[in-house]
Amino acid sequence: MQRLIDISDLRVAYGSTLVLEGIDMHLQQSEIAVILGSSGCGKSTLLKTIIGLVPPSSGRIEILGQNFLELGAPDRHSLRRRIGVMFQYGALLNSLTVGENVALPLEMHADLNPILVEDIVRTRLHLVGLDHAFSLYPTELSGGMRKRAALARALSLDPDILFCDEPGAGLDPITAAGIDRLLLTLNQSLGTSIVIVTHELLSIERLDGRLIMLESGQVVFTGSVAAAQSCDIPTVARFFNPGVEE
Amino acid sequence: MSQVHSDAHALIFSGPITLDTIAALEAQTRQHLADHPLSALQVNLSAVTKLDTAGAVFLRRLPALGQAQGKELELSPPPPTLQSFFDFIRLPPATTSRPENKQGRLESLGEQLLASRGRALSFLYLMADLTVETFAALYKPKGMRRGTFVEQALAIGAQALPIVALILFLIGAVSSLQSAAQLRQFGAHIFVADLLAIGICRELGPLMTAIIIAGRSGSAIAAEIATMKFTEELDALQTMGLDPLRFVAVPKMWAMLLCVPLLTIMADLLGILGGVFIAFTSLEVAPGAFVVRALEALLLKDVLTGVIKSISFAWIITLIAVYRGLDFKGGAAGVGRATTSSVVASIFAIILLDCFWGVIFYLKF
Repeated sequence: MQRLIDISDLRVAYGSTLVLEGIDMHLQQSEIAVILGSSGCGKSTLLKTIIGLVPPSSGRIEILGQNFLELGAPDRHSLRRRIGVMFQYGALLNSLTVGENVALPLEMHADLNPILVEDIVRTRLHLVGLDHAFSLYPTELSGGMRKRAALARALSLDPDILFCDEPGAGLDPITAAGIDRLLLTLNQSLGTSIVIVTHELLSIERLDGRLIMLESGQVVFTGSVAAAQSCDIPTVARFFNPGVEE
Repeated sequence: MSQVHSDAHALIFSGPITLDTIAALEAQTRQHLADHPLSALQVNLSAVTKLDTAGAVFLRRLPALGQAQGKELELSPPPPTLQSFFDFIRLPPATTSRPENKQGRLESLGEQLLASRGRALSFLYLMADLTVETFAALYKPKGMRRGTFVEQALAIGAQALPIVALILFLIGAVSSLQSAAQLRQFGAHIFVADLLAIGICRELGPLMTAIIIAGRSGSAIAAEIATMKFTEELDALQTMGLDPLRFVAVPKMWAMLLCVPLLTIMADLLGILGGVFIAFTSLEVAPGAFVVRALEALLLKDVLTGVIKSISFAWIITLIAVYRGLDFKGGAAGVGRATTSSVVASIFAIILLDCFWGVIFYLKF
């Protein structure tokens, strides 16, 4: 099966502070990968490094068959068209309506008839259950709606890989479960490969993807949810049984 | 290679139908529809090799596209490998556009007037609250953090001094040059000192200082309060039993009321110094003679009126900045709007107040 992401021996440091070291991970076609770990373990840094927002100190990041770190600006730009990112707080542009936010990547990257753009946007919003929000501004949306709108924008260009940073953070359990269901539907129906950063147990169980667990900037476990739940590595066991004393 | 061609009864699509190909396919489809003699056509999708969401939406829209050109189009199923994806992507049932504003002009004018009345009332309430709190806090400074006033005074006064000094020095110099060009024709260039001293102390010193402070400190106050509102810091203060107005706005008002008059006096001196510099370098007037002449021309009233004006300018700049900050709506763009409108409204208010003081101090009834 084709590897969409292939990372080897990745090292990231902020000044003299080492954040990630010796990271090896991969993502296959139509797979869901869940990066998990306790707060401050480097999950979000890993995500930002993969999408090119944080430069690594060393290592190799191959995305969709191209070495991301060796690409020039135009090639990086065209590679980024093939990935979608849903940020933790949505990162919608507040000066644009939800419809305009979702249309933005389409308008910037494709020369399409405006009516067709509107139909694509409405289809996307319909997919995430926000048909009524087309003309609303982000400030008029609830937290869950903002996340769904952000998801619709991330999906605008039909990305090969979708990255989600803490999709359920700050949401009530019902809305968070709705977002997870939506991600599963996208994965199963559109075949979108998804990388999710989270530390929410319920969400991890629902998504049932391949887990990549970090601890102090290093990968301590890779495998299925079932394997993690029966794992005897102390860090993994503590994470999945937080109330149980060792 | 994606393309569309037609036979006797159908439009036939082949190749990938994706975001990258649909713009060209749409143009080709329109051409085929225009050229085809039949009014009802099948759309054959059996040779489509790839679909994405944009492509599926394009195909779903084809009947509407045909209808616009007087053709009836019927979609045939895509290949089995793409069928489930094609079934998943459906156009929403009804596309409701942005609701149109159907208000008449009179109605919208009325609405605007009512909104203006509301804004004016809330500004007046804030004016009363902030003014009362400013003086009340002098006697009972509870609810304010120690050291805030000094921090604000440094930011508003000390840090603004270099820019105020430089601008007023240059204004004094330019004013001297301009007036000397006229007065020299009558051999009266020594009167440049009178003109400059009176003009700077009565008018230019207070006015220019206030405009600089409105742009520099007024905007900062509006942005800070708007951001605090956005990040719920003001709500947090309230839940801690603190009055946001007293905690945030009163130290700024005090700092403005103290620093703007002091800056104005400094500005007056620097403006006159600019004149001294020009007199010495280009008017052949000795600095000492220029200063003596300027002091003879000045009355205490000229300096005092400038200081009184500057106090009122400080009060209105702070009031408007606090109001615009509290009136903030929206996200990052809202902070920008609050800042801009604070500066524009402050400058307008400063000019209005300046006219008011001009009438009070100098109009002979």
